[in-house]
Amino acid sequence: MIYADNAATTKMSATAVNTMISVAEEAWGNPSSLYAHGQRAKEILEKARGDIAAVIGAEPREIYFTSGGSEADNQAIMSAAAEGRKKGKMHIVSSAFEHHAVLHTLEKLKKEGFEITLLDVHSNGIVIPSEVESAIRDDTCLVTVMYANNEIGTIQPVKEIGEICRKRNVPFHVDAVQAVGHIPVNVITDSIDMLSASAHKFHGPKGVGFLYAKKGIRLSNLIEGGAQERGKRAGTENVPSIAAMAEALKEEIAKIAEKSAYIAKMRDRLICGLSEIPHSALNGDGKKRLPGNVNFCFEGIEGESLLLLLDDRGICASSGSACTSGSLDPSHVLLAIGRVHDVAHGSLRLSIGEEITDADVEYIIKSVKEVVEYLRGFSPIWRDLVSGKKEFIL
Amino acid sequence: MALYSEKVMDHFRNPRNVGVLEDANGIGEVGNAKCGDIMKMYLKIENGIVQDVKFETFGCGSAIASSSMATEMIKGKPVSEVKELTNKAVAEALDGLPDYKMHCSVLAEEAIKLALEDYEKRTGEKI
Repeated sequence: MIYADNAATTKMSATAVNTMISVAEEAWGNPSSLYAHGQRAKEILEKARGDIAAVIGAEPREIYFTSGGSEADNQAIMSAAAEGRKKGKMHIVSSAFEHHAVLHTLEKLKKEGFEITLLDVHSNGIVIPSEVESAIRDDTCLVTVMYANNEIGTIQPVKEIGEICRKRNVPFHVDAVQAVGHIPVNVITDSIDMLSASAHKFHGPKGVGFLYAKKGIRLSNLIEGGAQERGKRAGTENVPSIAAMAEALKEEIAKIAEKSAYIAKMRDRLICGLSEIPHSALNGDGKKRLPGNVNFCFEGIEGESLLLLLDDRGICASSGSACTSGSLDPSHVLLAIGRVHDVAHGSLRLSIGEEITDADVEYIIKSVKEVVEYLRGFSPIWRDLVSGKKEFIL
Repeated sequence: MALYSEKVMDHFRNPRNVGVLEDANGIGEVGNAKCGDIMKMYLKIENGIVQDVKFETFGCGSAIASSSMATEMIKGKPVSEVKELTNKAVAEALDGLPDYKMHCSVLAEEAIKLALEDYEKRTGEKI
């Protein structure tokens, strides 16, 4: 099997699995208990907090453990909105291709009376900082822009946006779920006030993540209960998963330069090979993208069929077609960069990891070429395009 | 659990009656590229019987499987019977489709009905 869907989830590293097991076996006490067995779990919890904080340039007390990226996104946005509401500031700036954890939270706030500005991400899938600046108003209570897009991998000018937000005194939240562990992220140099991350995207366990909230940022609770996480996130901490998350992250960070250089080289070979398919196009900027992200549209075919046939060949990938999402519309990300429906249905996302080999890359290119050609062979759209009845878009 | 039944996967991987029928006398096309599904049915009707049938489909696995299964179900059958083919029958023959994929079987039924209408128009015959 060639696993090329690391943007969906990653395989847990051996270090993460071993940490999870050993903590579950040896330090299963409740970190809130005062006896030594509980305090042992507390120590592990706090060590993880410190390790994670160090990786992103934060203070340990600025890290709040959550159930994952979605929860962190929800809490960050709802907190900023609650603060904004108190001050009569009910405007939020975001981008059109955020993850649904962000977009759906913003939609909820819209129903509560907030005004939302979704910035254009342009054909290259990148927000323009000056447009963030012009979108900010006196009543803006939050700017939330993702670090890197989950579908097309484009990396946003976070540092520039962060500087603008600081200058304008507007809290800046970054959904960094796809970035943390893959590219350097630092909340100080990037001027980030809140940041969301998810362990299973960097070879940690599922169901755990964290929210960074800069000292001075007021968080409101999504979950009420005990005093865990400085009273901001109730519920007994998932210590084995949190410890495994920290170990997984440290491991990725230790090799980040070397790993990302190798993966990016493989990515570029995939992009080069797949570009040979006629009437195809790379989605998102060719350079400013995550090392492991390849995303193409192929005209005349539909993505789910492509995925199923690639699966038959042992390749795990993903698509932004409507059929894979269970809705009628294709990916909002592809529509946001200006791909029309007809083309967006025929998309393929490959998100590769460091285990990929030269032979895998060749095999993927060969397989995608064959499958696209096969599906085009009995596609009525392709027939119309080739016969000139319809005009090619790509 | 797999997304699709083995029957769906079989028809998806090895679609029957795929391609264009040059001497078709009834053609029906449904769906649109915007929604990600287009199905085109070519029928060759002689003496009230669907003598031959072929299809072309742009769509997901269940759309391709539904077209393939539908062509098998109508090939060699009298048009009076073909007219009665329902999407439910197609889905059942495939050992079921996920709820949100039932519209694929609807497309197959509709494409065949349109092809029959096209035949009626071309020949002036009433089915």
